[in-house]
Amino acid sequence: MSEIATFNAHPTVAVRAESPLAFSRVTVATLASAQGAGVCIRERALLGHLILRGKADDAGFRAGVESALGVSLPLKMGPVSRDDGRGVSVQWMSPDEWLIVVPAGEDLATEQRLRAALSGHYAVMQVSGAQTLLELSGPNALEVLKKSAGYDFHPRNFPVGKGISTTLAKSTAVIRRTGDTQWELIIRRSFADYLFRWLLDASEEYGVFVAR
Amino acid sequence: MLHIYCPHCDEYREEEEFRPKGEAHIARPADPENTSDEDWGNYLFFRKNPRGLHHEQWFHSAGCRKFFNVTRDTVSYEILETYKPGQQPTVTAESRQAQASAQASNQGAAK
Repeated sequence: MSEIATFNAHPTVAVRAESPLAFSRVTVATLASAQGAGVCIRERALLGHLILRGKADDAGFRAGVESALGVSLPLKMGPVSRDDGRGVSVQWMSPDEWLIVVPAGEDLATEQRLRAALSGHYAVMQVSGAQTLLELSGPNALEVLKKSAGYDFHPRNFPVGKGISTTLAKSTAVIRRTGDTQWELIIRRSFADYLFRWLLDASEEYGVFVAR
Repeated sequence: MLHIYCPHCDEYREEEEFRPKGEAHIARPADPENTSDEDWGNYLFFRKNPRGLHHEQWFHSAGCRKFFNVTRDTVSYEILETYKPGQQPTVTAESRQAQASAQASNQGAAK
């Protein structure tokens, strides 16, 4: 166990937690239900997000991460390692950086497990407050992404299970394909309102439903 | 738009994801204490601005946020290769010249 101080970012007293989209005012005509909607947007607010840095060519580091998280550590851009049963996913962000998403409230325990399992030159950062996850689904979700980003979203280039980091609507986002018509966007807190409005505007022509 | 191959992501990406970061392979003087003012000034401030083949640094700012090197033709904007920092280019002014003269002599022999 390392000597690094960790802290619980979740208050133990009753404080109202608000997602980055708490103040977003919807100005487009959204549908009352997902029935018949071309695009469905759902925020998975307040999940645990962690950034892990370390040496991918260190076998001890890889084994430590895998024992702490219970999923494999992806060593190249593309395939996201995930355990949907436990709600844990690990994505390659750069040759020495990974994004870990865990269920709400589990970020501190995950960080402590990683610190217990790792040694040497590595870093774990809690970034739960810095970003939020949006689920984009529906038959027209692909069209919305095509309008918003320059990346090639064709299944040949972007199969289910792949995750990338790219430009989205002049901002940046982590985009993952979780199903044929299902996507996850991880967006920065400071851009959350802008990107949410952009997505609503881009989705309006297909009929958009915002899940609460 | 340029389609740029990121050697870290192992994939072609849109130019919008990248930022140019100037000349590559600038070596810091090994012994700064005994480097002349002129050499230090050249190291800090003077950059090549060639017409034609140029080795540049680029930054994948919206993707993996890593630097890499690009060999680019500043006239045609053609990207001839990209490679990781620490590696040496395979396409250089000399290699291109040798290729051009080899082609010219082949054409001469064919005639």
